[in-house]
Amino acid sequence: MNRPRPEPVQVVKERRDRALELLVKGVPYARFMGIEFDRRGDELTAIMHYDEKLIGNPFLPALHGGAIASFLEMTAIIGLSWQTLWDDIETGRTAAEDLSPETMPRLPKTIDFTVDYLRAGLPRDAYARARVNRSGRRYASVHVEAWQDNRDKLFAQATGHFLMPSRNGNGARVG
Amino acid sequence: MTLKAGEKARIAKQFIEAIPFSKALGMNLDDIGDGFAVISMPWSEDLVGDPQSGVIHGGAVSALMDTCGGAAVMSHPDAPAGTATIDLRIDYMRPATPGQRIIARAECYNVTRSVGFVRASAFDEDEDRPVATAAGAFTVERPKEKEAKA
Repeated sequence: MNRPRPEPVQVVKERRDRALELLVKGVPYARFMGIEFDRRGDELTAIMHYDEKLIGNPFLPALHGGAIASFLEMTAIIGLSWQTLWDDIETGRTAAEDLSPETMPRLPKTIDFTVDYLRAGLPRDAYARARVNRSGRRYASVHVEAWQDNRDKLFAQATGHFLMPSRNGNGARVG
Repeated sequence: MTLKAGEKARIAKQFIEAIPFSKALGMNLDDIGDGFAVISMPWSEDLVGDPQSGVIHGGAVSALMDTCGGAAVMSHPDAPAGTATIDLRIDYMRPATPGQRIIARAECYNVTRSVGFVRASAFDEDEDRPVATAAGAFTVERPKEKEAKA
């Protein structure tokens, strides 16, 4: 076997973390909502840090349905975009060091999004993961699961369809 | 309810505009009546989902639709004491124009003992082309009923 020597772990991590940071930091609404992404290999877990402004029912109290919908849609869009970006940087199609806010690929556009509210969102941190069930050249279907204390007790889930950005070179704007 | 229409609307306005998340997004209750509500939200840099275009994130539009849908259920003449979203589906027709206010109108077109059904749509300044439409089901929490269990 004469496979090439694997890259040093730090080089690999830096490349992936930089790409993810550019993707997430570019979205002002993620910052406003207190949403961050934790990466393990290619798997992302979204975290929505609890803040009083996310409350929809002050008497219970419970998270606002709109805050939950925002969290799930953000998880779906970043998860979907990350999948493409991961492939691009890991195959060398895009050099990670060339990525910049200006050259980042366009984000997918939501066509429709359906949220199931399974139980009240408690006033504490929430977590979510997206699963891309199908991703074609133009359309993608994504499922998202969100939980708080127990991974097995979802408090919300969602399914959405997305229009993929056209892929003409480095994030060139077409249409 | 024995409240006059104007008073009911005033209370609803205070109630909705005091919801922390609605307040954080700058929502304003423009109109409310029997089973319908109109709520608007200004464009803001904080709500941008696509930095390259400045278009508001779909999640913020969902939040507006959800709040407006809940308000429509609460304002229904059958007067539920409270409500929570069971499910909400949003269809995005086009990106909202950056810099423009988004206005959502929701109608609670049917209420059963336990469920309120809602349709909603959202527009920016172009009132001929919707930005998004929504359909949802909301819980209907009754003011404490006599101990009867169905």
